[in-house]
Amino acid sequence: MRHLLSVRDLSRDEAVGILDVAEDMAAVATRAVPKLPTLRGRTVANLFFEDSTRTRLSFEAAAKRLSADVITFTAKGSSVSKGESLKDTAQTVAAMGVDAVVIRHGASGAARTLADGDWIDAAVVNAGDGTHEHPTQALLDAYTMRKTRHGDASRGRDLEGLRVTIVGDVLHSRVARSNAWLLATLGARVHLVGPGTLLPPGVAGWPVSTGTDLDAALAGEPWGEHPDAVMMLRIQSERMHDAFFPNEREYTREWGLDEARFARLPADTMVMHPGPMNRGLEISSAAADSARSVVLDQVTNGVSIRMAVLYLVLGAGGRKEGAS
Amino acid sequence: MSALVISGATLPDGTRRDLVVDGGVFVDDAPAGAIRIDADGLQALPGLVDLHTHLREPGFEQSETVLSGTRAAAAGGFTAVHAMANTFPVQDTAGVVEQVASLGAQHGYATVRPVGAVTVGLEGRRLAEIGAMARSRAAVRMFSDDGKCVADALLMRRALEYVAGFDGVVAQHAQEPRLTEGAQMNEGELSSELGLAGWPGVAEEAIIARDVLLADQVGARLHVCHVSTAGSVEVLRWAKGRGIAVTAEVTPHHLLLTEQLAASYDARYKVNPPLRSTEDVAAVRAALADGTIDIVATDHAPHPVESKEAAWAEASFGMVGLESALSVVQAAMVDTGLLGWVDVARVLSSAPAAIGRLGVTTRRSLSAARRT
Repeated sequence: MRHLLSVRDLSRDEAVGILDVAEDMAAVATRAVPKLPTLRGRTVANLFFEDSTRTRLSFEAAAKRLSADVITFTAKGSSVSKGESLKDTAQTVAAMGVDAVVIRHGASGAARTLADGDWIDAAVVNAGDGTHEHPTQALLDAYTMRKTRHGDASRGRDLEGLRVTIVGDVLHSRVARSNAWLLATLGARVHLVGPGTLLPPGVAGWPVSTGTDLDAALAGEPWGEHPDAVMMLRIQSERMHDAFFPNEREYTREWGLDEARFARLPADTMVMHPGPMNRGLEISSAAADSARSVVLDQVTNGVSIRMAVLYLVLGAGGRKEGAS
Repeated sequence: MSALVISGATLPDGTRRDLVVDGGVFVDDAPAGAIRIDADGLQALPGLVDLHTHLREPGFEQSETVLSGTRAAAAGGFTAVHAMANTFPVQDTAGVVEQVASLGAQHGYATVRPVGAVTVGLEGRRLAEIGAMARSRAAVRMFSDDGKCVADALLMRRALEYVAGFDGVVAQHAQEPRLTEGAQMNEGELSSELGLAGWPGVAEEAIIARDVLLADQVGARLHVCHVSTAGSVEVLRWAKGRGIAVTAEVTPHHLLLTEQLAASYDARYKVNPPLRSTEDVAAVRAALADGTIDIVATDHAPHPVESKEAAWAEASFGMVGLESALSVVQAAMVDTGLLGWVDVARVLSSAPAAIGRLGVTTRRSLSAARRT
């Protein structure tokens, strides 16, 4: 694997392969010294043009557990606004000699632009680009679903037949986009639910079904059976003032996983959230803190997935030794 | 300058003859010492006229200047360009439009006809000094806030009424602003996949529908810039059927390219209005062929490289067009059998000259050359 830019570049076998490598990485964490020497002497640069403490810490932890050196650049949103900054920042960091660049950027396609340009030679890992994709989030979600469903017998399996309902602001969600395609690639069935204003205009072309009624979806629409996993998306505060829905109360009433809706779910339905959660808005504390919630597993598994991805773009013959 | 004999050129109507030019005008007989240019097998066209050019001067000389822009025009076969008003300072006073016109005259590569702003500073709040620009030495006849839409219906009505008094025309950049906030590319399946904010066709079509009704109401001339959707074509067809005085243009890139190019996130393909679907391209081609769209205009919009070598959302809108427009029209319209060369001469020369009221005294057509 040269880069990880989009889940749509992954075949079913490649995706399962990444999940399997992540299984090995998860096993490392249980050791007395949870560290591998695999990427010793390699340097990973985290370029976070958009603030995301959680994702940045997860990538840093992953690189360090593989013994890579880590350098981190963070810029607050719009202060780095002109096009030059992506090229110049990337070249500056590359000139210091890095083997992989992990990039989070507010503009859709920024990771692709970085990889396709001839500005740098390093491997590029997309850690979230605008409202386009967040591939490692979808991989860690798939890993979490597979592990929760199949436990120690996970290796080599895909998600054939799994029913996943994703709820909320699909329009602006890179998490929803990456999940829609990755889960479909892995054989799962995906249903997207939200107000019509937050379902993308071209969603008919996605490999998913869609609806606007959360109660109907939790009762089994469109499959006639309950979902195996319900993923609640975060409502960004700026959406609340932009007429996508009347107000927070109505959103919670119609599309929040409140206590009543949560109580109607079967005992084996996973409750997921990419974080950070707006408790009381899209998800109730009862749901978030329940035994069915795998939200903290998602965070733990995120480190394993990011170890696997860095290993595959750098360690497993993907990159020449000592490349700059 | 020596006289020229361009021998054996094929005129748009298919006839062949020698064209003799002396002192910058067509003449009947070649004077002694004329330079002979063999044009056997070559197509002759009248000087092309672009109704939609961004020359960027004054204010944005790092993108283009009147000199570099008119040299590009000459290289592409254009002898006249209409310079859009979104300079800095904006072409909203007699002084600025006279400056742009005189820069064009001074360099001498192409006639530069400045376009006046409809509103002060292109801000869409109050009318610019349209009368002063019309009466100035630049004799402005076309007014446009291009780059921005005259979104306020009352302001648009007033502008139409005002310019009608001196046979002017308002060229509208049809883009409903609220429907296109933050828009990056054509709205549809691809924009939803790419996570780029959509620019829906209805934002163009709704403004065109409103404006043709306003033009009808007040009896004024309306010109619609860069028509890009099949829906807009339908509205224009309806308006022309009603006898409304509306003309419309399409750009070379909207005749040739589709939104699919955005999938690379290569910002060279980022234009406003955006590249549309295959169906839209077919519709604007058919409309240009049947006269629903009157002309091709380039929307030549140069930028420095750093404005394009960037993440898509951070890159500037616009692509260049003067040098390639004729080749693109040939590929999209002539080679496909939709237009003949007589039509090309119309859509790229006589029709835009007529819409812009390019002074008839300063130009002579190829057919006039033949008669004299």
